[in-house]
Amino acid sequence: MAENIRLMQGNEAVAEGAMIGGLRFFGGYPITPSTEIAEILARRLPKVGGKFIQMEDEIASVAAIIGASLTGSKSMTATSGPGFSLMVEGIGYAYMAEVPTVIVNVQRGGPSTGLPTKVSQSDTMQARWGTHGDYIAIVLAPQSVRETLDLTVRAMNLAEVYRTPVTLLTDEVLGHMREKVTIPEEGELEIINRQKPDVPASWYKHFEITPNFKSPMASFGDGYRFHVTGLTHDEEGFPTNKSVEILAKLTKLRNKIMRYLDDICQIETDGMEDAHVAVYAYGIVARAARQAVQMARARRMKVGQIRPITIWPSHDKKYREIFSSKNLEAVIVAELNQGQLVYEVQRLVPKHVEVISLNRFDSELITPAQILNKIKEVR
Amino acid sequence: MSMTSHPKPDKTGASHTDSESIDRYEIRLSGSGGQGLILAGVMLAEAVATVDGKNCVQTQSYGPEARGGASRADVVISSGEIYYPKPMQLDLLLALSQEACDNYYRDLKENGLLIVDSHLVTQVPTTRWIGIPFSQLARHEIGNTMVANVISLGAICAISGVVSEAGLIEVVKRRAPRGTEEKNLAALQLGLTEGKKAKDRIRS
Repeated sequence: MAENIRLMQGNEAVAEGAMIGGLRFFGGYPITPSTEIAEILARRLPKVGGKFIQMEDEIASVAAIIGASLTGSKSMTATSGPGFSLMVEGIGYAYMAEVPTVIVNVQRGGPSTGLPTKVSQSDTMQARWGTHGDYIAIVLAPQSVRETLDLTVRAMNLAEVYRTPVTLLTDEVLGHMREKVTIPEEGELEIINRQKPDVPASWYKHFEITPNFKSPMASFGDGYRFHVTGLTHDEEGFPTNKSVEILAKLTKLRNKIMRYLDDICQIETDGMEDAHVAVYAYGIVARAARQAVQMARARRMKVGQIRPITIWPSHDKKYREIFSSKNLEAVIVAELNQGQLVYEVQRLVPKHVEVISLNRFDSELITPAQILNKIKEVR
Repeated sequence: MSMTSHPKPDKTGASHTDSESIDRYEIRLSGSGGQGLILAGVMLAEAVATVDGKNCVQTQSYGPEARGGASRADVVISSGEIYYPKPMQLDLLLALSQEACDNYYRDLKENGLLIVDSHLVTQVPTTRWIGIPFSQLARHEIGNTMVANVISLGAICAISGVVSEAGLIEVVKRRAPRGTEEKNLAALQLGLTEGKKAKDRIRS
């Protein structure tokens, strides 16, 4: 068997993907069930000239990756719910200051310190709305170990392209389960680096508002002068109270993501052409959904599957098209929480389509049988 | 690297009559914390994934249970894609403690294969089971109770055929702590022999 086939844990796949994607800085604070990511990167980063720092807490961790990214290093942190709660302030700062960063949240049961060793998807809404202020989050949710690797690379790419924090949302089961993985060959995955300025230093504006809303980014130390603040700022980064500049900045922050939904949003669908019922599930639950859909089809039931891979932002137009599938009567939304993304589905389905929530929050996975039973109830 | 061919799980263990679980084989290794069952699960999965070349997912019960109480590792094997990563109905349950046997027997499918440590599990809830005194064999034949997990892997290989002997040998070599390779390989061989004997007992 080829050398590149391995039995790999989900958390290992985050570290592997990070190394492939060109990570050079990790600042973090260990927390179950994410700790393996930090452990592995602590060993691997120094070998490529990267830096690993264990910070004093999660607030400092997110601050450290913002600082490191401003010097030009691709930067990441990894945590779980309680740590993510502390990080949301810094994530808002990274968004406002347009600093590429990747935050991995290996979800466990909440609220508060909750269930350190148990699976959950209850940070789905926090990943979207955690920080204050109007904010467009990019959040990716893998379903397998290999996809965890791929989406770690993709999270880094998106952060670099859109100069924004990107959250990779996994969970305890995915983080700890081991699965057969083919490690991608060198060059197999696209690696994107941030666009650097090509203008003289005196012309450079760190937050320039360009026609495509993408502004090249100099690093501290490159010889370009710029100011970084969380206060609403002008194109050079200095705080402003001028309504024209405020409007321009906040509109840019929104447009630089919302104008590129086709690039950012990945949604997988299967069997929707003739489906009467669709199962909508993301992350690890999508595996149970897939199994249940197979079982249902074996019983000649017309059931389709919808799997958001990019769970935020929502590509409303694409979802409306999917939910308009001509025979569709009901959508079952399966989540390991008390109902979070279900509201997004309710918002986007045609009036005649029923939305049914299937929730589990007792620390166990939703089983294929549970989903199949729900499908039978609908029919 | 050569692919070792090995028989499909036979009727002793796996019933592949259920249309929903064709080509899906689910194993649970269970017992008490400290018996090395998680490591055994990882070794089994690694042999299947990296040597036999099949798809494989290994999950574990993780938490307070891992500290002395019941402990378990689950392995799902398929030559096709594995959707749901955890067992739905076990094809094979290994129980190295009475508590594990009591807790997980109900997860075994009808005609599923129950393998117990015949010294530690005295109350077996069915007439269809295979008993091998793994812990006693480890102590008396190998001289180390820690290798009961590897003996049981050998037995699972011989009885179910779901993992190849070559795969287990390679992974035991790879994973055994330095200096214990020989003991672990001897334990694996012992498990294979005991497994074959147990299987012959069923046939006759």
